[in-house]
Amino acid sequence: MDMITIPAVNFTPILPEIFLSVLAMVLLLINVFIPGDRKAYLGYLSFVGIVAAGVLVAAGWGGHIESFSGSVVLDNFATFFKMIFLVSAGLAVLISDQYMEREGCNHGELYPLILFTVVGMMLMASGTDLMTIFLGLEVMSVALYVLAGFNRKNPKSNEAGLKYFLLGCFSTGFLLYGMALTYGATGTTRIAKIAAVVGQMSLPSANIMLVAGMLLMLTGFAFKIAAAPFHMWTPDVYEGAPTPMTAFMSAGPKAAGFAAALRIFLVALPTLQVEWSQVLWVLAVLTMTVGNITALRQDNIKRMLAYSSIAHAGYALVGFTAGNGTGTAGILFYMLSYAFMNIGAFAIIILVGKKGESNGNVQDFAGFGVKHPVLAVAMSIFLFSLAGMPPTAGFIGKFYLFSGAIQQGYIWLAIIGVLNSAASVYYYLRVMVFMYMKDPTEEFDWMQVTAPMALCVAISVIGSLIPGIIPSLILQFAQQAIKLI
Amino acid sequence: MLGAYLPILLLVIVAIGFGLVSLVMSSLIGPKKFSVLKMSPYESGCEPVGTGQERFSIKFYLIAMLFILFDIEAVFLYPWAILYKKLGMFGLIEMGIFIVILFVGYIYVWKKGALEWE
Amino acid sequence: MFDYVWLIPFFPLVGFLINGFFGKKIKNEAVIGAIGTLAIFSSFIVSCLILVEMIGLSPEKRVFEKVVFPWIHSGNFKADMAFLLDPLSCIMIMVVTGVGSLIHLYSIGYMHGEEGFYRFFAYLNLFCMSMLLLVLGSNMLVMFIGWEGVGLCSYLLIGYYFHKKSAGDAAKKAFVMNRVGDFGFLIGLFTLYWWLGSNHNIWTINFTEIKAASHLLPYGGVVTVATLCFFVGATGKSAQIPLFTWLPDAMEGPTPVSALIHAATMVTAGVYMIGRMSFVFIKSPETMMVVACVGAATAIFAATIGTAQNDIKRVLAYSTVSQLGFMFLAMGVGAFTAGIFHLMTHAFFKACLFLGSGSVIHAMHYALHKGHLHDDAQDMRNMGGLKKAMPITFLTFFVSTIAIAGIPGFSGFFSKDEILWMAFANPLHGNLNILLWGTGAIAACFTAFYMFRLVFMTFFGECRINSKVKDHLHESPLVITIPLMVLGFLAVFGGYIGMPKLLGMLPNYFEHWLEPVFELAGEYGATYAHHGAHPSHAVEWALMGGSVVIALIGIAIAFTMYVQNTALPKKFTDTFPTLHRAVYNKWYIDELYDYAFVNPCKALGQFLWKGFDVLVIDGIVNGVAGVVMGCSGVFRYMQSGLIHNYAWSMAFGVVVMLGYYVFK
Repeated sequence: MDMITIPAVNFTPILPEIFLSVLAMVLLLINVFIPGDRKAYLGYLSFVGIVAAGVLVAAGWGGHIESFSGSVVLDNFATFFKMIFLVSAGLAVLISDQYMEREGCNHGELYPLILFTVVGMMLMASGTDLMTIFLGLEVMSVALYVLAGFNRKNPKSNEAGLKYFLLGCFSTGFLLYGMALTYGATGTTRIAKIAAVVGQMSLPSANIMLVAGMLLMLTGFAFKIAAAPFHMWTPDVYEGAPTPMTAFMSAGPKAAGFAAALRIFLVALPTLQVEWSQVLWVLAVLTMTVGNITALRQDNIKRMLAYSSIAHAGYALVGFTAGNGTGTAGILFYMLSYAFMNIGAFAIIILVGKKGESNGNVQDFAGFGVKHPVLAVAMSIFLFSLAGMPPTAGFIGKFYLFSGAIQQGYIWLAIIGVLNSAASVYYYLRVMVFMYMKDPTEEFDWMQVTAPMALCVAISVIGSLIPGIIPSLILQFAQQAIKLI
Repeated sequence: MLGAYLPILLLVIVAIGFGLVSLVMSSLIGPKKFSVLKMSPYESGCEPVGTGQERFSIKFYLIAMLFILFDIEAVFLYPWAILYKKLGMFGLIEMGIFIVILFVGYIYVWKKGALEWE
Repeated sequence: MFDYVWLIPFFPLVGFLINGFFGKKIKNEAVIGAIGTLAIFSSFIVSCLILVEMIGLSPEKRVFEKVVFPWIHSGNFKADMAFLLDPLSCIMIMVVTGVGSLIHLYSIGYMHGEEGFYRFFAYLNLFCMSMLLLVLGSNMLVMFIGWEGVGLCSYLLIGYYFHKKSAGDAAKKAFVMNRVGDFGFLIGLFTLYWWLGSNHNIWTINFTEIKAASHLLPYGGVVTVATLCFFVGATGKSAQIPLFTWLPDAMEGPTPVSALIHAATMVTAGVYMIGRMSFVFIKSPETMMVVACVGAATAIFAATIGTAQNDIKRVLAYSTVSQLGFMFLAMGVGAFTAGIFHLMTHAFFKACLFLGSGSVIHAMHYALHKGHLHDDAQDMRNMGGLKKAMPITFLTFFVSTIAIAGIPGFSGFFSKDEILWMAFANPLHGNLNILLWGTGAIAACFTAFYMFRLVFMTFFGECRINSKVKDHLHESPLVITIPLMVLGFLAVFGGYIGMPKLLGMLPNYFEHWLEPVFELAGEYGATYAHHGAHPSHAVEWALMGGSVVIALIGIAIAFTMYVQNTALPKKFTDTFPTLHRAVYNKWYIDELYDYAFVNPCKALGQFLWKGFDVLVIDGIVNGVAGVVMGCSGVFRYMQSGLIHNYAWSMAFGVVVMLGYYVFK
């Protein structure tokens, strides 16, 4: 009887994933054995776990290990993105407890679900096989559907979860079909092999099956990063989902979508760059414009930031369209800084908000600058960064994205981007106008700022300021990260 | 290449055909004598209570879902059992991990009270 | 040591962070003051060490560039956070940190008991950091950050007493005028960057690289455009015609602020910038002429206004404007070394004067407060005879006044005489030289006059204030007088490092020191210089004597009018009422600006707000939102939250995309 030879498997590339999965399961078990008022400990545990995972990920910097017969890789690109996921998850965990406690849905399952999401995102970033990427995407998405509808007693949250689930399934269909067509056209799902096969085609753009596969995959990822016209779910879901999860969703999974899409398009399909960058050009313009223009008139600040997050995906798409070193490094840089500034802004929104998701309008920020000067300064920094003003990380990020486009000759795209960015200043500054120039409606309101919350705000301030002042701190890593793809 | 899939196609055709043919044949040649007792829902020989279209608890749904979940996972054990000797230690450990993961889910479900009726 | 140059702006930054974030909690004034002062003093120590090391190097090796971290690299554009150490920046860091330390120390005493003590020190530190960035920056972008930073800090510090409306207005005025100047700076920067880049493919904003490529720049033409833009920036920051009116108003800030920002450091930024880019400025004869003329005009214009002001700080403010005019005159005639030299000596004596005036105001304030009087503590008409009550303040103030008046043996003489001589003898401007020299000389006469008028009115004669208050007048504490004494000492002896060759007692160390910096500019200047007869030593002696005589005349007039015959000023104003009113009201420049610029701007602003904003902007926003929300019925329907519409939108997108590629 022959033994089946087991291929030598190197587990190093997925060590953080394994660690987080085990942690998530342990937390799940702990959750059912501890009483309901101690759920905060799960948050602390998962934060510690995320930090530990961060150390594991960081230890892998500079290495290049392929494993599972080439379907998973450990490289700087994956490592950089994994860090983004961990940052957004870590910050989301920090702001969750206070919110969940207030809204009365402090179920311990939240933390394992966040960790599973991170595992999925990590697989997306390190997957070098269409199947691995798809697997990661599904692990991420399923957990996210639950997170979006986590506040079961709130109908809006339920609506968000269901909408996200249905539309997510719909988009997954496109993605999978795209992958299937690509497999049909090339006979493989390994990204490197696809690149080799496509590279040998005399005229890949004439291969309808391949082009259709590419476009359908693009659709799937465009949905995940909320690019117009596949963005329709975003405002509803972001508004309905629990605020910490909105913050998380707008930062982590978006970055994961970019990670997978960048790897597929830049590594597997560089020969089709003319085709996909044409589509991305249109998507970028649509996304930026729709996001910004709709955000102008939003009063609900969560909804406003939802549209703004659509716009930010559009800016990142500008860098993607360029597809060159500056642009892609810009995406990496931008996604990391966006995680800081956006989650920071959401943290302030949670602090301002009151039970039952109330107090979430721009008008409710009236007099905030007088009542809570430190938090108001922090919020101003986040808003400045989101608006892309120097000396914040948002400015540097946009600078690199747009200059990447200019270097590649997409002058008009950069101009549209800058115009959009200028328009966006209006709605960010509007919040600041309310904070500093309007009198508060109430004399005084007591605000509870828990230690994790304060930590999150502090980290976010640092994360949105320091890369703006010393961009090379982050940028050199981003530039090394994109060298391998 | 597609020829390799022909037996499967044939199997599908035969399976569907068998079902269809037996249904059609029985309705064609079987004698039809209706009575109240005969048309009432079958409840394992007992006297039927109420109608057959009653609303039933959503808990059935949960139980059913969990059943299917664990059932399907259990199916994975069969191929492993067949290749057990060939896979050796590696297979054993892999399956152990698989079952532990299932077990974690099971404990979670149990402690959450999803298996309790009331 | 050069590698540690980053410590120089770093220490004040730390001071700012500590005081800014924890100052409110620290509360203890001594601790806050010590942190702030130590921060800048540490920078001073580092600067000293760097200076010593640089002196030890041979002149051609005295250039060092330290990249702290790579900053923005994108395509052709490259800007590092980098510092440039050369003899010029060395002098500037010495002045900024040295004078800055003394002013910090002084502030501990002066600001005692003020609300927001910590805020003041945080701002001071931030200001020093910005100024140090400005002078150390090795490229225009770092310089520009410092440039903006000092503008921001001066806004914060002028408006320190923000509950006072006049302070708020002054702060706004300073900010707006600086902003006008900054705009010029930026345009100049872009012009230069673009021209060098597009014509010679040298895309750089680094000073050293521009210097290396400066031989490619043409004489005049685009260089004139760029340098004129830079000069607009300089006029804004250094309070020259036409953007000078903010500086006198800036006296609304606390006195140490006036001393630090509006006398010793920030306003010299424009002069420094021209010095830093001397090799560009000299390539445009037209700009040089404009700089010289504006400098001379400002010098005399501000000096005349200074003669009629009664507020002690206001006189000093106009004197600053006037002295800055001298510096620009020096720059404009190609005497860069003389300009920087005057910048340094001026920093000494003007800081001393301002701090001295602060000491006086402090004493007056206290006395008036004790006497329950509400007279103006800054009005010189209320002072007089303070000599006896405040001996140290008087002595330091007096020597500084002699220095600024240009009496031989004191620092101001050496630098001012050098400037006037160069205005006369420079080879750049031909026949204009006589005019430049004449204007400068008359301005020097006025300077001597109004400064001694100030001294006589404040310290001499009888005390004009209520006698019961008189006894409360007393000398300021040591923490205030020590900086005064140090600065007074420097005001006397600081000039000896730059003695004119003619006097020949000491070599002109200062000129030798700056030679490597301005050598290239000299070479460029020589290419279009007028080769007339070189004035002889006799002429130089004569002019030197002349300028001394002129200063003495000014002093004599002041002595006659304000000590001997105190009725004379009254008689004078009665005889020439219109002239006096015009001078007293600063030639109605503020009113003119209000009429010519401010009111139209306000009207425009009003129009933009009421008309443009409401109609056009809101119209556009509404219109666009209308387009998004209303025009497209389908789109609106989709936004209604119905999930199948969302799905339709996605399907639509896919179909369009696929359709385009399949059927194209």
